[in-house]
Amino acid sequence: MYVAVKGGERAIENAHRLLAHERRGDKDVPEITLPQISEQLALAVDRVMSEGSLYDRELASLAIKQARGDMIEAIFLVRAFRATLPRFGATEPVDTGQMQVRRRISSTFKDIPGGQILGPTFDYTHRLLDPQLAEGFVPEAPAAAGSERGATPRVTDILGRDGLIEPSPKAEDDQPVGDLTREPLSFPADRDLRLQNLARADEGFLLALGYSTQRGYGRNHPFAGEIRFGEVEVEFFAEDVGFAVPLGSIELTECQMVNQFKGSATEPPCFTRGYGLAFGQSERKTMSMALVDRSLRARELGEEVRAPAQDEEFVMSHSDNVQATGFVEHLKLPHYVDFQSELGLLRKLRKEFAQAQAEAALQEAAE
Amino acid sequence: MNAPAYNFAYLDEQTKRMIRRAILKAIAIPGYQVPFASREMPMPYGWGTGGVQVTAAILGPDDLLKVIDQGSDDTTNAISIRRFFEKTAGVATTTSTTDATVIQTRHRIPEATLHAGQVLVYQVPIPEPLRFLEPRETETRRMHALAEYGLMHVKLYEDIAHFGHIATAYAYPVKVNDRYVMDPSPTPKYDNPKMDNCAALQLFGAGREKRIYAVPPYTKVVSLDFEDHPFSRYRFDAPCALCGSEDSYLDEIVIDDRGGRMFVCSDTDHCESRQAQGHRGIQNAAPHKEAPHG
Repeated sequence: MYVAVKGGERAIENAHRLLAHERRGDKDVPEITLPQISEQLALAVDRVMSEGSLYDRELASLAIKQARGDMIEAIFLVRAFRATLPRFGATEPVDTGQMQVRRRISSTFKDIPGGQILGPTFDYTHRLLDPQLAEGFVPEAPAAAGSERGATPRVTDILGRDGLIEPSPKAEDDQPVGDLTREPLSFPADRDLRLQNLARADEGFLLALGYSTQRGYGRNHPFAGEIRFGEVEVEFFAEDVGFAVPLGSIELTECQMVNQFKGSATEPPCFTRGYGLAFGQSERKTMSMALVDRSLRARELGEEVRAPAQDEEFVMSHSDNVQATGFVEHLKLPHYVDFQSELGLLRKLRKEFAQAQAEAALQEAAE
Repeated sequence: MNAPAYNFAYLDEQTKRMIRRAILKAIAIPGYQVPFASREMPMPYGWGTGGVQVTAAILGPDDLLKVIDQGSDDTTNAISIRRFFEKTAGVATTTSTTDATVIQTRHRIPEATLHAGQVLVYQVPIPEPLRFLEPRETETRRMHALAEYGLMHVKLYEDIAHFGHIATAYAYPVKVNDRYVMDPSPTPKYDNPKMDNCAALQLFGAGREKRIYAVPPYTKVVSLDFEDHPFSRYRFDAPCALCGSEDSYLDEIVIDDRGGRMFVCSDTDHCESRQAQGHRGIQNAAPHKEAPHG
């Protein structure tokens, strides 16, 4: 006899206990600590902070540990926590021109004021697995900068002085900063909301979309005007004291793409910009973001919208990996009720089909 | 470390106020999808976050909450959501449809007739009934604004032309208060007539898609159809094997690998209440009783 499925509650508890056990793994192996994750898996932490929209290395490390290294799960944990935090306001815009640069490259000019600084990068490493790293490797101390480092103005600002590139949009101080986590998104969306969406977007999704523009699906002729990574100061305007007070500094990666623009009836030909910004060192993310940002400006620049990367409703509705993974994975939930309904419909359609076939055969035989 | 601390029913009061405003607007315009700033909940999008946010916004300490998924109180996700509110709001919970003041549901409307004062909260995956005819939100919003529903009627007509009847088994579109075409969420069309002139308030929450909509009590809800092809309900033609019910929606359960099937009520509270009243189905005949039906 069938007994109605009971005991779901105990099953869930047991599954969670088993998960906790599996998360710890072999207990003879030392437990991984949050500082280890934060220091040695730093780029994973950067990604979780960026897509989780919360700058907190310790919580991001905890999320990675709790998620057993599943990045989207870790991002989800951070997002769910972030959603409950009270909002005090928005900081002053950060000035990336004043960044304490640790890496800074331009592919548009051979030399630039402040110089090209390679910094810590995988670029030009040969991708050979390094057995030395398996255990106990002590790296050499890094080479220290010999000379005084001068100012590092943004490459786009240098181009901007000659009017060769469109100016950066001016901040509208009287306008509130858009926030799609606080207001429902509607289309068409302005660039501030698009950039926020892209900053939170899945790195893999942006990478694929950015790549698609390079392969001709909405080509926009990009040059990596500048990619910079380093620390910037964050300031908050405090009503009580009447001026902006520093909150601390954060690590950011910024990418400014410089894109060809042929001009229009009203605009002279000039370079245009695509912009990417992320927490920590996230070059792939910011470069992809800049490509997609520029693509999404098609409408504004009077370009024909033909490719997926130019379609803001398509991009913005599918870029969020927490949303995407939830809905894809919800197919794991029971659907018996709808499935029963579909079974009923299918049986009916098959019966009608068989009847029609039989009648046709009968008629053929009669003829 | 920034240790988390949470409010009653998880959401902060500011967020609840925002959601309540959306709910009030939804009630004022029956069937209209109100955009709201859906939050990331501690459960995945697509797993009931819209319903959970609506429930969290309306729940008070005196409420008696029931959560069902596929009609059952004991499916894993229903348990998970019920425990979430037990933990974050400390509210009393029940499996009784009649006793509950708030019922959160996925994919079913309870069999027992709902009464005034109750709220039925639906979890909605895709709130837009026109979505699979027109993928763009900008377009579908315009179509709703102009009450331009020809596309939907053409789709239903094409079904009839192809199959001889409307081939939609669940999430069957309805028209609310003679104005908005609405998605009833993926309930089987068997449940559609229960929405019409219902005494309870019906609220619909779509978290990922950031929409809330509502059917106020005693509102007209009509399943779309044609005069010569009227709407019809579907249920597998058998009595429930456990309680013998002839008119409840049934789950099909595979009992062996030789094509054996049994059919039991999808609404577990309905089935158990009937069994408690002595009703029996063929699989559940009490020993030493003479008649299998109680």
